[in-house]
Amino acid sequence: MLRVEVETARAGLALGFEVAQGECLALAGPSGAGKTTVLSAVAGLFRPERGLVVCGDVWLDTARGVDVAPERRRCGYVFQDYALFGHLSAWRNVAYGIDGGDRRSRALALLERFGLTERAHARPAELSGGERQRVALARALAREPRVLLLDEPLSALDPRTRAAAARELLAVLRETGVPALLVTHDFAEAAQLGDRVGVIDGGRIVQLGPAAELSARPASAFVADFTGAVVLTGVARPGPDGLTAVALDGGGEIASTDAVFGPVGASLYPWEVVLEAGAAPSSAQNHLEAEVVSITEIGGRARVALLAGQPLVAEVSVAAVRSLGLAPGARVVATWKAAATRLAPR
Amino acid sequence: MSWFTALLVAALALALAFLVLPVVAIFVDAGPGELLASLDDPGALDALWLSLQTSLTALALIVVVGTPAAWLLATRSFRGRELIVTLIELPLVLPPAVAGIGLLAAVGPRGLLAPYGVSFTLSTAAVVVALTFVAAPFYLRQAQAAFAAVDPTWLAASRTLGAGEARTLARVAIPAALPGLTAGLALAWGRALGEFGATLMFAGSFQGITQTVPLAIYERFSTDFTGALGLSAVLVCVSAALLLAVKLGFRAAR
Repeated sequence: MLRVEVETARAGLALGFEVAQGECLALAGPSGAGKTTVLSAVAGLFRPERGLVVCGDVWLDTARGVDVAPERRRCGYVFQDYALFGHLSAWRNVAYGIDGGDRRSRALALLERFGLTERAHARPAELSGGERQRVALARALAREPRVLLLDEPLSALDPRTRAAAARELLAVLRETGVPALLVTHDFAEAAQLGDRVGVIDGGRIVQLGPAAELSARPASAFVADFTGAVVLTGVARPGPDGLTAVALDGGGEIASTDAVFGPVGASLYPWEVVLEAGAAPSSAQNHLEAEVVSITEIGGRARVALLAGQPLVAEVSVAAVRSLGLAPGARVVATWKAAATRLAPR
Repeated sequence: MSWFTALLVAALALALAFLVLPVVAIFVDAGPGELLASLDDPGALDALWLSLQTSLTALALIVVVGTPAAWLLATRSFRGRELIVTLIELPLVLPPAVAGIGLLAAVGPRGLLAPYGVSFTLSTAAVVVALTFVAAPFYLRQAQAAFAAVDPTWLAASRTLGAGEARTLARVAIPAALPGLTAGLALAWGRALGEFGATLMFAGSFQGITQTVPLAIYERFSTDFTGALGLSAVLVCVSAALLLAVKLGFRAAR
């Protein structure tokens, strides 16, 4: 088990968490939130003013003056840009952390496991992004680490390589059985790889739980926004039929099944929004008149940016765009259910 | 061609002619046969051998002490660091005569350290001291810049992979900084080979003991101009080779 407490003026961090054996905790937050600083503190590359890192042994305990040097902590660290040694071939990179006479054969075995046997003698500059990521992972695993630290492991990859790399990474995480700590600015990446996701804001973990729970019940407007939801601000008061009515800033009123009152952030996901021409009847409680600002087609889907007092995004099928004759400037009604409207105090 | 481009070309041609002519003249003035014959003189061979010996000894000292010192300056920030860097670079701008006087005052027969038994003059060791003094800053400066340019995450990665700082320096930082280190070494060597003023004042000019190639050239230019030309030609070739090594080193670094 990995136990971490970090308090430092750098990025104003003051947080703590535990990661169980075989679990992957993903810390997610915007750039500059101090995510990499947390990894550096665990690896011993940065010493926080106050901190505790326990992973089997005590690696850092500022209260008792314990600070084990990075080379004597066993961290498998995959750096953001992989930090492969440019002057060494792939197998020598992997063998760097291995001691003993069988370094070469053990390094080659690891490369084989990642399907890189053919590339063992290539220099990092000759490898593709996906190959580099796998060499970095093999190198991190070579020392039989007690904890895996992953800094944005997928963000340097192009979208096509990313899916395969994510599958492979998940397999590795399941197989090694050590605690893994992953940091990313991308909630989707955190949700994909993390058993639990912690959202960092203002140096603290503002919410920690399974990704699905964070999406369904964001504890704050920040978390809701971070998970990819649209956040509308307004003031909530008790409404009819046991619902909550939210008077939106900038005009309009919507309903929610959540019972939170006062200033709130109301969040909903773009795919929960239905677009209709005119005031078509619907069982959904929430209707907002909006103007289409832009339409971006991605595959068979279209992201429609709307302005309804506040900005709003709907994700609909390209067929729906055609049949409604949507174009920038068109007026539509955005509709969604009260149950899909989650409220968080602001 | 516009009149301005013509002006630029003329300026470049003038500069090139001015800078290259003396070098070409060394080879043309006497002719290759005579140049080679002039090197047969035992004094010339002594000077070449001494220059090689003393400059390589100085270089070894510079590398052994200068590499860790440059690493410290490149990787740590502390109070007074800028001051130390400036002090180390000072010999770069010192006139050679001042360097010679300074060395006499410090480690000469009546120098500051003489009471403690540290004194060199009129000996081969004194030549090494003078060469080290004038050449070391070239290497230190270049090595510090080369180390500072190594990707810090490489160093961090090396540490997390179980290597201490000493092993990280040997196995990651030095290989990664090698082109810059080589360039610094070549510059230092070039400076040491050409050293004249400080050596003359501090070590004197005795054939086979302290008379390096530049001093031998100076001694013979009034009596044996062809001999001076022969030695000069050798220095030109060595210096050109060093310059080439620097350029190739920088190209590899990019």
